[in-house]
Amino acid sequence: MKKQVSLLVVRRLLIALITLVIVSFAVFFATALLPGDTATILLGQSATPEAVEGLRKAMHLNDPAIIRFLRWIAGLFQGDFGKSYANNVPVANLISGRFVNTMKLAGLTAAIAVPFALTLGITAAMWRGTLYDRTVTIATIGIISVPEFMIATLAVLLFAVYLKWLPALSLTNEVKSLHDLLRIYAMPVMTLTFGVSAQMIRMTRAAVVETLNTPYVEMALLKGASRPRLVLRHALPNALGPIVNAVALSLSYLLGGVIIVETIFNYPGVAKLMVDAVSTRDLPLIQTCAMIFCLGYLALITAADIIAVLSNPRLR
Amino acid sequence: MSNTTNWSSSDDATIENAIRRGASRRDLLKLMLANGVAMAAASTVFGRASEAVAATPVKGGALKAAAWSSSTADTLDPAKASLSTDYVRCCSFYNRLTFLNQTGVAQMELAESIESSDAKTWTIKLKKGVTFHNGKSLGADDVIFSLKRHLDKATGSKVAAIASQMTDFKAVDKTTVEVTLASPNADLPTILSMHHFMIVADGTTDFSSGNGTGAFTCKQFTPGERSIGARNTNYFKSGPNVDSFEFFAIPDESARINALLSGDIHLGASINPRSVRLLDGKDGFALSTTTSGTYTDLNIRMDMTPGNSRDFVEGMKYIVNREQIVKSALRGFGVIGNDQPVSPVNVYHNAALKPKSFDPDKAKFHFQKAGVLGQTVEVITSDAPSSAVDMAMIVQASAAQIGMKLDVKRVPSDGYWSNYWLKAPIHFGNINPRPTPDILFSLLYKSDAPWNESRFVSEKFDKLLVEARGSLDQAKRHEIYNEMQVMVSEQAATIIPAYISNVDAITAKLKGLEPNPLGGMMGYAFAEYVWLTA
Repeated sequence: MKKQVSLLVVRRLLIALITLVIVSFAVFFATALLPGDTATILLGQSATPEAVEGLRKAMHLNDPAIIRFLRWIAGLFQGDFGKSYANNVPVANLISGRFVNTMKLAGLTAAIAVPFALTLGITAAMWRGTLYDRTVTIATIGIISVPEFMIATLAVLLFAVYLKWLPALSLTNEVKSLHDLLRIYAMPVMTLTFGVSAQMIRMTRAAVVETLNTPYVEMALLKGASRPRLVLRHALPNALGPIVNAVALSLSYLLGGVIIVETIFNYPGVAKLMVDAVSTRDLPLIQTCAMIFCLGYLALITAADIIAVLSNPRLR
Repeated sequence: MSNTTNWSSSDDATIENAIRRGASRRDLLKLMLANGVAMAAASTVFGRASEAVAATPVKGGALKAAAWSSSTADTLDPAKASLSTDYVRCCSFYNRLTFLNQTGVAQMELAESIESSDAKTWTIKLKKGVTFHNGKSLGADDVIFSLKRHLDKATGSKVAAIASQMTDFKAVDKTTVEVTLASPNADLPTILSMHHFMIVADGTTDFSSGNGTGAFTCKQFTPGERSIGARNTNYFKSGPNVDSFEFFAIPDESARINALLSGDIHLGASINPRSVRLLDGKDGFALSTTTSGTYTDLNIRMDMTPGNSRDFVEGMKYIVNREQIVKSALRGFGVIGNDQPVSPVNVYHNAALKPKSFDPDKAKFHFQKAGVLGQTVEVITSDAPSSAVDMAMIVQASAAQIGMKLDVKRVPSDGYWSNYWLKAPIHFGNINPRPTPDILFSLLYKSDAPWNESRFVSEKFDKLLVEARGSLDQAKRHEIYNEMQVMVSEQAATIIPAYISNVDAITAKLKGLEPNPLGGMMGYAFAEYVWLTA
């Protein structure tokens, strides 16, 4: 089994490396297609040809884009992410603080959303067809259909503007105690939990229901196994594969897709950084952000596969 | 205030502005009665507004404010500053040689005096005893370095074109600088009040620490996130009142208003008139309105059909219902314009030049003469110039009443400035305020101006422009600029229906915020002047 898993990990790492290279080239070509470059964008209305030429020279933007890109890749192999074009600050400095913020938000959301979603999904499957099941199903479909910005804005109006319980903005530099932490993260985490849980609940319920319909579960039922034992001991291990996959997909969204929550709560995370980078055509920053999102995604998917292998003797 | 018709906080702001401009009680009552306010209620409004104007500052407190845009391109390099966010930060960490007061007159800041006998060679004397945050004292070298930077292409200065007229710099002594211009320009003191001409320390290459002479010392600056400043205890002026100043951006407008309502920030900059009603009926909040000369104009190119017919242009000027544009398109946050770019906050504004009235009959007469009635004329509009779509609709509806068909074509914002602006026969433009008539006219109306929106060509105008620029005789300059405003208003084809106001929303705890001709948030320099009450 150990061998199986380590082989999987090695294979995955190789694929990950290739994927990263392909993604970075794709991002590079997409960036190259955007009109204008950092110099013209920074100069804005005052971008006369001479001014642009002067600034390009000063910013070392005169080399062909592909050369600058290859130089960036070469630097990356030495652990250097390069310098941002827009403000000449090392990319690592720009990202580090924000990456920690993103991980905090994603971590807190996952810690709440995953147990919450699994519990609801499994119990809904256990009592399938009951009023409880239908309530959960309708609620999840309802929440999937409401866009995130709506939930976030309503939450702000209710908790910050009318009740004044929570701050409308999530200013991370003000976290000094556990109480601050709870106050500041309450609304963003709640909004994101709603968003990511719905998907997980649906997938969990579907997977468990499917295994509950198989003959071997019926056999267990005939043997006289209790309902919780039936679900947790017999059905769940077989349903785990698709569930972990759904969890991994939902969580990968937390890494790069939370731009709306970051915008509404003014939370300084990586998603907003990438949007900024694209609007200033800041190649090293765009590339580094893209790499982080891609790596996060691959890591989560690999973890999901490993768990699926471990939980299923037939895959070992 | 619920029984006073639809009086809103925007009207409160209007009254407050009127008081600042020196309106008498009688004027104000007239103004309010015109708005349908009962006498008894009017005195409450009056009391509230004058209380806002006259109050004594208190020290202390942590000021927090939010603008609308911020990105990793945020900079503390004044030459590169491009967004309001940058201007606000530069104003809090640095100083300029001069600044404009609320009536648009240049006042000395770091300079003790700026004098010239021929408007070509200027002597700038600096205040003594001013120090940078790192302890270095301000000297002539710093000023020369700060001004000269703009001439270097590698700096990427936003005002390189304006700075290029400064050809020679000389340090006369430690605190005196002599600047020579390529040709006489009497506006130099006003030009030096632009935000890009902040004074930095000699030899600075890394601006991230914000080492200036300003009211706040930079404690934190993270591009795209926030800046935090602490009171500069060695500040050479009396301010600032607050202990610290935190500034960031909340791009989403409703989030910005919500943050203000929940008490997270004291000021939310640039609120769209459409959202102002969100604040109405809520106690503890106020609006600060600034009309600084931003405008959206309807441009008719006079070198293309149908604009090459003078009668068509005249007809268009009469069919634009300026009052309705201010009332509906701008929700009252604007001042009616008279087709020339020098706004009422500018000292050179020609108040005698009245805006064209809305007169469909005259318009019809001119359209008939031009032979365009019954034809369909295309007007390009977009969301890119603010409120241009609403304006186009209003003009279209008025024109339809007299049988003039305007085909309003709404094009995407993306690429509007490079594809349609200055190019289409009839289109909308949007111009940001500039501090002097000279800059406005040189940029927009000189025969060979880069942004000559209607292709206005006049030899006489070009001559007057140079004459006024080099003259130190104020009376004469007023006279020339008055004449030039009349020329633009009557001969060019840029219809400027209104100067658009900028609206900042503030909590009632924030006092001392005054309108300034350089822009919203007190010309972006509010942090140093305002104070917080408990």
